[in-house]
Amino acid sequence: MQPKLAVWKFSSCDGCQLTLLDCEDELLEVAGQVEIAYFLEASRAVVAGPYDLSIVEGSITTADDVERIREVRRMSRHVVSIGACATAGGIQALRNFADVREFTSVVYAHPEYIHTLDRSTPPSAHIDIDFELHGCPIDKGQLLEVITAFLHGRRPQIASHSVCVECKRRGTVCVMVSKGIPCLGPVTHAGCGAICPAFNRGCYGCFGPADTTNIPAFVGALSAAGMSDFDLVRVFRTFNAEAPAFREASMAAEAAEDRR
Amino acid sequence: MTHSNTGSRTLSVASLARVEGEGSMHVVVRDGSVQDVELRIFEPPRFFEAFLRGRSYTEVPDITARICGICPVAYQMSACQAIEDACGVTIDAQVRALRRLLYCGEWIESHALHIYLLHAPDFLGYESSIELARDHRDIVERGLQLKKVGNDILNVLGGRAIHPVNVRVGGFYKAPAVADLAPVAERLRWARDAAIDTARWVATFEFPDLMLDGDLVALHHDREYAINDGRIASTSGLDITVSKFPEHFGEEHVAHSTALHGRARAGAFTVGPLARYNLNFDQLPTIVKQVAADVGLGRTCRNPFKSIIVRALEVVFACDEALRIIDAYEPPARPSSDMPPRGGTGHGCTEAPRGLLYHRYTIDAEGIISDAVIVPPTAQNQPSIEHGLHKFVQDRLHMDDLELTRQCEQAIRNYDPCISCATHFLDLSVDRG
Repeated sequence: MQPKLAVWKFSSCDGCQLTLLDCEDELLEVAGQVEIAYFLEASRAVVAGPYDLSIVEGSITTADDVERIREVRRMSRHVVSIGACATAGGIQALRNFADVREFTSVVYAHPEYIHTLDRSTPPSAHIDIDFELHGCPIDKGQLLEVITAFLHGRRPQIASHSVCVECKRRGTVCVMVSKGIPCLGPVTHAGCGAICPAFNRGCYGCFGPADTTNIPAFVGALSAAGMSDFDLVRVFRTFNAEAPAFREASMAAEAAEDRR
Repeated sequence: MTHSNTGSRTLSVASLARVEGEGSMHVVVRDGSVQDVELRIFEPPRFFEAFLRGRSYTEVPDITARICGICPVAYQMSACQAIEDACGVTIDAQVRALRRLLYCGEWIESHALHIYLLHAPDFLGYESSIELARDHRDIVERGLQLKKVGNDILNVLGGRAIHPVNVRVGGFYKAPAVADLAPVAERLRWARDAAIDTARWVATFEFPDLMLDGDLVALHHDREYAINDGRIASTSGLDITVSKFPEHFGEEHVAHSTALHGRARAGAFTVGPLARYNLNFDQLPTIVKQVAADVGLGRTCRNPFKSIIVRALEVVFACDEALRIIDAYEPPARPSSDMPPRGGTGHGCTEAPRGLLYHRYTIDAEGIISDAVIVPPTAQNQPSIEHGLHKFVQDRLHMDDLELTRQCEQAIRNYDPCISCATHFLDLSVDRG
């Protein structure tokens, strides 16, 4: 019997599950090796659980989500979270730094119709997760590695070093050293292939913090490259704002800004 | 689901498949007549307009891209246009051409995804394209490779297919070299032929009878098939500048949806490929007009089921246009214009694959956003989809619930609804009492 694959969506832009459909050369091959048992974006056919591998996209933002993610765990042998929303609460976690009732009244004429939680959290805040794949969006090569690894019962081989290593491997001259462009590469998790510096732009941290970082020491270099405290708050507070290392960095910069 | 041919019943789809994002449909039938049709958007609310307040004007393209993984370029383009309008900056002609090229990539990718992976299985009686591939692997392979060529453009010019990194207000971080685009042009020549084969293939499908009434709204430009520049036009004769959008179109908040419903002063209207085709047929290149004639599509078309043909024609167009742009490309002197902040309000409107996408930002003299308004295509189409379904179901009450539900889902997919975008949408339920 083929292993059963399920893809679940919570609060998200659909980009990470689209990454699976973006595997144009591999999609039919993958579909030949697994039973796609639940993947609403791709199929009407729904096969009941249990599932061998559940892939979860999106963050938990409603009371119903909390129940649903627990149900996904109960039905699944392995659960893998994909993307910044499912690993760090995503851009929706910007609400964690503000008053969500005020947000509701900004966007909706009838806030009383809206049911949402005060905080956006990753699935790991509610259930045990077997593996987290970072990125906003995730990289398709890494997604294929994770699926392949779980189908073969081994650990995915995903590097945990920073974007800097990818720039060196790609042969990109450091934009921060050579051009003075502020870049989050030294503290950001690898996986994208160091795209931004290759396009003459500093990394903006969409893969979240690397596993070992020293952001307080690095912040001085960003300031020297011309970033104000206001800039620092914002650069750490985007798609991985609730990832602990980035959260601490934005809170520290905010405190420094307040002192001024 | 209950079933009675003449009396009262409820049709209900709890989770609509093969759409982007999550929603449901609920239809109530009483004494043999359709009483209510609701598209329920249960995608959780996402507060982008609120997140944008207090951010810098330079951050808007990256933040708004995250509204939708399927059409991030559309969000980036409408956002840039609106900010540049506020700052009073005009962009370089080659930068404008590169933006159009990037947008062609997204049209090809998004339309190929919808035609092959989301919509065609309905017409051929399959649950998914994976099932379709078991019988017609060569066809699905063609669709996937066509989709990939769209992504090739996004990768080369944007850095990656989802949430491209190379777009900034004022232009790009880096302009491609002529040599970077040459391999893409090679694949586009194959893709243009594959798109023509796609149009011929989808035109052989059976199309249920349905007539879309109401106004069709799209950007219009006299000299080109409008994508990222033009005036807002409609089939009833509307012709306004982008900045007049708020005076003519509004959003309203209804209890069953976290999407704000689009409302025109004149009532429900439709945006998207059918609107563009009806309003801008004259601006299509000869090659696309020829394919349209070959597959029997006239210069106007109001059957939403035939939107799949129009999407295929737009893929032919996007491939042809991308080739034209690459052929004429000379790298700009600078990849972006200087964009010093200036206090004011700016408007932006471009044609996302699903239709008109409007953005408005108010920024202060330091470039900080004080107000943001984003009106996505699916929110504008939601009343029109409900209105269209009302009549569609009424004419098909003789069908059993299973078949009627299947056809309703297909009818909803005609609009390629993007529910993730609209939240601020589908599961079908028909209540026959």
